[in-house]
Amino acid sequence: MSRALRLGGLRIGYEMRAYFRQGDTVFFTFLFPVVLLTIFSVSFSEASFGQTADGDEITAAWFFLPAMLAAGVLLSGLQNLAIDIAVEKSNGTLKRLAGSPLPVTSYFIGKIGQALVTGILQAIVLLALAFTVFQVPLPEDPALWGRFVWIFLLGVVTSAILGIALSSVPRSGASATAVVIPIVLVLQFISGIFLRFSDLPEWLQQVAAIFPLKWMALGMRSVFLPDELVVLEPNETWNLPGIAIALGIWLVVGLALTLVTFRWVRKNQ
Amino acid sequence: MLAVGPEDGDAGRMTATENVVEVRELRKTYGDVAAVDGVSFDIHRGETFALLGPNGAGKSTTIEILEGYRERTSGEVRVLGTDPWRASLDWKARLGIVLQSSGETGAVTVREQLAHFAALYPNPRDVDEVIAAVGLEHKAGSLIRKLSGGQRRRVDVAVGIIGRPELLFLDEPTTGFDPEARRNFWSLVRTLQSEGTTIVLTTHYLDEAAQLGDRAGVIANGKMVDLAPIDSLGGADARIPIVRWHEAGEPREERTPTPGAFVAALIARLGPEPAGLEVIRPSLEDVYLQLVGHEHAADLGQEVAS
Repeated sequence: MSRALRLGGLRIGYEMRAYFRQGDTVFFTFLFPVVLLTIFSVSFSEASFGQTADGDEITAAWFFLPAMLAAGVLLSGLQNLAIDIAVEKSNGTLKRLAGSPLPVTSYFIGKIGQALVTGILQAIVLLALAFTVFQVPLPEDPALWGRFVWIFLLGVVTSAILGIALSSVPRSGASATAVVIPIVLVLQFISGIFLRFSDLPEWLQQVAAIFPLKWMALGMRSVFLPDELVVLEPNETWNLPGIAIALGIWLVVGLALTLVTFRWVRKNQ
Repeated sequence: MLAVGPEDGDAGRMTATENVVEVRELRKTYGDVAAVDGVSFDIHRGETFALLGPNGAGKSTTIEILEGYRERTSGEVRVLGTDPWRASLDWKARLGIVLQSSGETGAVTVREQLAHFAALYPNPRDVDEVIAAVGLEHKAGSLIRKLSGGQRRRVDVAVGIIGRPELLFLDEPTTGFDPEARRNFWSLVRTLQSEGTTIVLTTHYLDEAAQLGDRAGVIANGKMVDLAPIDSLGGADARIPIVRWHEAGEPREERTPTPGAFVAALIARLGPEPAGLEVIRPSLEDVYLQLVGHEHAADLGQEVAS
C-alpha cells in the first residue's frame, strides 16, 4: 500500500505537468468558470439580485460567485476526468500503463489529486477575481471557511470519482466530449448554476436534488451569500446535513461504479 | 521493495527447462471465428524469438495473450512461470512491452516520461543511458508530441526497456524508422541480447527477423505453420537452390542441392556461357511467402471441397 501511495504522489506531479501543457483543457475546464463569472458580472451589472439585511445591493458577481465555485468543482472533477480518461483509454495511454507495474490505485490517486490541485487553483483564481475586481465581500467568520473547505473537498473528490466512473461510458475518445458535455451542461442548468435555483419549478428542483451539483451549489451559497438569503432555499434551510449525505452517497455510488466498470483496456478490443 | 512470495517471482526462475514462455494448444475465438487456433511453442531464456505472419493471422492476438492484455479461450500459457491473465504487479515488473504505435498526447518531455516509468520499476536502468541508447540525447527535453513518428517510436522502445526487463516484447518496433535508425535499433537489441534479455519480436521486415532472431514461428490463419531456427525455416527443401537458364529460346529452371555440379553439366552441354544463367538461393522472404502461401492454398482447397 505504501508503494501505491508513493507512486500515486508521483502520478499527481506527472498529471499536473501534462494538464497545464494542454491548452484546450486549461481553457475549457480550468478557466471556463472564471470567464463565465466575468461575463455574468459584466452583463448583469445593472441587475439587482436582492439586498442584504444592511441594505447593501447583492451584485451579479456576488450572486454568481458560489455558483461558479460549484461549477468549477464539477468541471475539475467530473468533466475533466471523464473526458481525460476516456481519451487515455482510446489513445493507448492506459494500455501502456496496464503493461507496467503501476497499481491501479496509484493511477486513481494521480487523477483525483490532479482534480484536487486544479480545483484548488481554480477556486483561488475565482475568489481573487471576485474580491479584487468585482468587490465581492468574502466571509469573515472562520467557521464559514471551515464549511467551505469540507464542502469543497468532498465535492471535488466525489466529482472526480464520478468522472472516473463516467469515463467508461463513451465508446471512444472522440465521442467523450459529446457524451460528457451535455450531461454537465444540463446539470448546471437545473442545479442553480446559470439560473437562480429558487426560480425553477418545484418539480425540477426535486429532480435536481437527485444529483450532486445542486448540493454543492447550495453549500457554496451557504458560505458566500448573506445568511438571510436562506429564505430563498427549499424549506428555508441551508441543509448542511443533506449536503453531506447527498455527496457522501454519490461518493460511495461513484466508487462502486468505478470498481465494477473500470478496465485498463476495453474488453474485446 | 515488497517481499516477493515464492508463488510470485521465483516459480518462473526455477522452471527446470528454462522456458520463459510456454504455450500449449492456445485458442482464442471470437464468436465462431478462431483468431488463434491451437498454437503451441516455447521460448527459451535468453533467445530472441520472432513471430512472423501476415496481418490478421493471429500474431497480435497471441502476443497480447502473452502480455496479459487478453484472456484466452482455451489452452495453457505460462510466461515467466505465471499465467499472464492472473499475473501480479511483480510479474509485470519483469516484463518490457513495446506496443504497436499509439496516439498518446505526449504532453511530457522524453526525460520526464522515462524518469516517470523508471520510478515504477524496482531496478530500472539509468534514464540518461537509455535516452542515449535510443539516440534521443538531443531531444531529451522536448515534448514527446513534438517529435517525429520515428522519434516517438524510439521513446516507446526506451520506455519498454527502462525497467530492465527479463522478457521484452517488441511488436513491430521499427515501423517508421529510416535505415540508419533501424541499424541503430538492431545494435541496441544486440546489446540487450548480450545482457541475457529474452526477446519476443514481431515484424514485417524479414531482414530484421533474420538479423535479430534465433528462432521464428510463422503463424497463418491462426495456426503455427512452421517453428524453427531462422536459417532452417521451411525445412531443407524450401532452401534448395534454383538454377535458371535459357535453352532453345525457352526459359528453363531446375531445383538442385548441387547447383555447382548442375551448372558444370550445363556448360558441358551448352558451351561456356549458357544464356540467362542464374543460381538463386531462396531468401528468407521467399521461404516465408511459400509457407504463408501454402497455408492459404490449403484453406482454399478445403473451401472448394466443402
